[in-house]
Amino acid sequence: MTEEFEGMEQVRKIRAGDVRTASRLIRNLEDELPEAKNAIRRIFPHTGRAHVVGITGPPGAGKSTLVDALIASFRKQEKTVGVLAVDPTSPFTGGAILGDRIRMQRHAEDPGVFVRSLATRGALGGLSKAVGDAVHVMDVMGKDLILVETVGTGQQEVEIINHSHTVIVVLVPGMGDEIQAIKAGIMEIADIFVINKADRDGSHQLESELMSMLNMVTEFHGGWRPPIVRIGNCFEPGPFGESLEELAAAIGDHYRSLVETDLLGDRMKRKTMVEIHEALRDAILAPILKEMTESGEMEEIAGRLLRKETDPYTIAEEVARRRLK
Amino acid sequence: MAEKKIRIMVAKPGLDGHDRGARVLARCFRDAGFEVIYTGCHQTPEQIAAAAIQEDVDIVGLSCLSGAHRYLFPRVVEVLKEKGAADITVIGGGIIPDQDFPLLYEAGIKAIFTPGATLDTIVQWVRTNVQPRKS
Repeated sequence: MTEEFEGMEQVRKIRAGDVRTASRLIRNLEDELPEAKNAIRRIFPHTGRAHVVGITGPPGAGKSTLVDALIASFRKQEKTVGVLAVDPTSPFTGGAILGDRIRMQRHAEDPGVFVRSLATRGALGGLSKAVGDAVHVMDVMGKDLILVETVGTGQQEVEIINHSHTVIVVLVPGMGDEIQAIKAGIMEIADIFVINKADRDGSHQLESELMSMLNMVTEFHGGWRPPIVRIGNCFEPGPFGESLEELAAAIGDHYRSLVETDLLGDRMKRKTMVEIHEALRDAILAPILKEMTESGEMEEIAGRLLRKETDPYTIAEEVARRRLK
Repeated sequence: MAEKKIRIMVAKPGLDGHDRGARVLARCFRDAGFEVIYTGCHQTPEQIAAAAIQEDVDIVGLSCLSGAHRYLFPRVVEVLKEKGAADITVIGGGIIPDQDFPLLYEAGIKAIFTPGATLDTIVQWVRTNVQPRKS
């Protein structure tokens, strides 16, 4: 009874926008505490209101500075903003330097802005396992926009697409990303392209290359052709002074376009599919693997495989047959 | 269940812009397996406290070499308390004369590390005295 009451209190506090409670829940999600899952169960019915924007691109592209400028822009429109800033965990030490927030500190005391840094903790794809649920938490807090900033190795951050309505790919001239953009599949996930630091050499070349690539696409999903926004120094007036407002407007336009073409549901469905798969993996596969490891069966199987007495697929079928009746 | 990590904030309150030491510490904490939120220079105590709460850190490490620690460090503790986060540990370091230690301890600073303290000492202190927060 007390646990249920505490649970309801937690939900009430999060819906009221209580930062401490929300951040603690995100911590519990990162630490994979069982009660965190129960909390998500409770808040899940209240999700689905926020516009989730993923921001990705290679390191050094200026994503955090851009996020900082976008926060200011959205706050001028009196929208509340949540930010999930993800940085890589060191595979050797397990620690991480979460340094995105440093660029957004001018908003630290604004009650309409909640910035939360997360480490990947070994997850691939540029995000952490907890990000999906952390988005739900900020959504339930009532944030109008949730900006998710990924690690940006340039090759692996496609996972952002599973959690966002709008994906912004940030590129910079002269980093060799003219080529990278073609290699990485980033072309396919971008709803908006930003050429950041566009005052640098190579910015026109990059824009032309992006334009040529876009011109080769015969049909755009939902009829939305990704705009290319060139942004120079975010804070200096001049030729790029209006570009940030242009970007903020494009973000709003994209959301409207999703609603009008009925594709918003598609994006949300993609996220729920990912969540179901994750949850099923946790519920079905993880306990089996744990038991097999603890009982020593895994070691025994490894031995048989090393001696080529069997193969992984036969093993898997046999385990499935035995354990999943 | 995943391993619980210590979340530590490294912050420089006030006007002191010499951040090399703070950066070295940040890397050191990362190498010790902590998750380090580095907020950099020129932070007000109010900004530091607000960030510490948003990030659900276990401990805040303040660095000051300009001599303003007597006001800034206790002020961080005070603001955290005002915001209901008195359970966040606050430690400090930098150029801090011995005679200021009692004032700082009394204000709630749990440990002070001045030049000569080894990185290892600091890490061990954190490991011994700070538990990653449970729910």
